Amino acid sequence: MDIVYTIWLRNMKRYLRSKSRIVGSLGMPVFFLLVLGFGLNSVVSLPGMGQGYIGFIIPGIISMSVLFTSVFSGIQIIWDKQFGFLKETLVAPVSRLEIMLGQTFGGATTSVIQGIIILVLSLFIGLNITSIAGFLVAFVFMLLIGLSFTAFGIAIASKMEDMHGFQLIMNFVIFPIFGLSGALFPIDGLPSWLKSLTMLDPLTYGVEGIRYGLLGTSQINPFFSFVVLTGFTVFMVVLGAYLFRKINV
Amino acid sequence: MIAIQVENLTKRFNGLIAVDNISFSINSGEVFGLLGPNGAGKTTIIAMLSTMLKPTSGSASVNNFDILKNEDDVRKSIGIVFQDQSLDEELTAYENMDFHGRLYRIPKKVRQKKIIELLKLVELENKKNNLVKTFSGGMRRRLEIARGLLHEPKVLFLDEPTLGLDPQTRNRLWEYIEKLNKEKGITVILTTHYMEEADRLCDRMAIIDKGKIIALDTSEKLKEEIGGDVITIKSPERDRLYSKINTLSWVKHAEPHDNSVTISLQNAEKHVDEIVNLASGNGIAIDFISIHKPTLEDVFLHYTGRTIREEESGTKDQMRMMRRMGR
Ligand SMILES: Nc1ncnc2c1ncn2[C@@H]1O[C@H](COP(=O)(O)OP(=O)(O)OP(=O)(O)O)[C@@H](O)[C@H]1O
Ligand SMILES: [Mg+2]
Repeated sequence: MDIVYTIWLRNMKRYLRSKSRIVGSLGMPVFFLLVLGFGLNSVVSLPGMGQGYIGFIIPGIISMSVLFTSVFSGIQIIWDKQFGFLKETLVAPVSRLEIMLGQTFGGATTSVIQGIIILVLSLFIGLNITSIAGFLVAFVFMLLIGLSFTAFGIAIASKMEDMHGFQLIMNFVIFPIFGLSGALFPIDGLPSWLKSLTMLDPLTYGVEGIRYGLLGTSQINPFFSFVVLTGFTVFMVVLGAYLFRKINV
Repeated sequence: MIAIQVENLTKRFNGLIAVDNISFSINSGEVFGLLGPNGAGKTTIIAMLSTMLKPTSGSASVNNFDILKNEDDVRKSIGIVFQDQSLDEELTAYENMDFHGRLYRIPKKVRQKKIIELLKLVELENKKNNLVKTFSGGMRRRLEIARGLLHEPKVLFLDEPTLGLDPQTRNRLWEYIEKLNKEKGITVILTTHYMEEADRLCDRMAIIDKGKIIALDTSEKLKEEIGGDVITIKSPERDRLYSKINTLSWVKHAEPHDNSVTISLQNAEKHVDEIVNLASGNGIAIDFISIHKPTLEDVFLHYTGRTIREEESGTKDQMRMMRRMGR
């Protein structure tokens, strides 16, 4: 456990030191929140949603922030590989599983912090948190998204030689995962082909879980969301650990 | 006491044989050099001995631990400074050391004490709270050496420890390495393509070329092997000069390379005028001629038929340095 903590600690130090990264990675979510939220608030009306479209997408934007930060944290392993630091970690008498878990927890922590920053900013544009329990539910779902997608990033990084493929992954994997989740639109009433894609997207369950926590309503049963997302997290961590074990430096 | 035992170690990358069936052993307390040009296989040997790379075939043990069966014990008992930098630049010198100490599970009290002790040794104590990205190449190298010593390894691997450093810093590092070896009895295995470095530091050295050990002994013995003296002649008509010289009976061995011919022989003083006469008699110009006792450079030339190309390695070093700076 002390090794996992050591790796986690390094991640935290690096995160807290990179002020520009913290602020920079808030840019896009805040932009989405303001432009889409205020832009569409008056034209989109969602039945059964008390807080308007802005309230509806806040959980989606929080998920987005957690998603992007966590994938990015996982993929950072490639930098460690290129800058040589990974060798220092891998030659130590510690297991690769410990290293991978430390990285996963580190990435999850930073991404949850990023999500919470968005959440706090949302309080200023009309989000009302009514109960501690609701906040905790949202927190648990953020954590699951953070864990699963950091592990996902690590899995990708273990297979990639350098950062050249990064753009590809962003455009063809991460954006679709975000776009197809129910972050920006309600699932009910989608054409059935799109709905099936949405239901296959693990992020959908994270968004819906956070939505349940913050707004009190969701279109997918929160317990079901929790089970699916937990299953996905376990799967990703196992896959990430497996691929990381075979990483070559 | 044997620190490292290597038997028929081989590594292939796809079609390429990087390390070709080598065997040798290193005594504990020794400073042992792996000497060879770029691509000889030095780093690959170290990577296998430090368990970072699995051999294709053969076996080896480090501190009596098998590199395949007792990976963890090998790792605990070695320290390593990689050829390419392996520091976290966003952390301070102290934090880099601390990270290492935690990975090797050194208790907090001991860890804090040893970190300061080692930072003092490499004269970085007053910089301990500076980010590594503000460090010069020499400072980084010293920090890496200090870090490699934190868990008190019995064997220390140094892969090109002074690559790209200025002569002053290089001298300093040599002093540290000598001190570590003498005072703490640490066995040191270092790779280099600086002959001077090998000459000064290594008790014994293996000359490696194309994955094979082509000679292994002390510096003195290797030079004696060539015997007598060496004459180096620079001439615009190298090949013609070479073919003439090769016919002389007292020439033990002659070798053309770059734009010179190198000759090994006994009693060079007696024969040098014959050579000059031979050249002028045949109308071959001589730009430069020198007589010296064999150096490691000559030893290398003798065994490989090539010099260790300093220019070639020079540009490669510069590239590495630039990569380091650019980070
Ligand atoms: N991961 C790898 N995949 C394929 N080939 C490799 C790999 N690592 C090394 N090689 C090849 O193996 C040979 C030996 O490389 P190695 O790095 O051990 O040489 P070296 O003696 O350390 O050289 P240098 O002085 O440049 O550091 C080279 O031809 C190199 O191209
Ligand atoms: Mg090398």
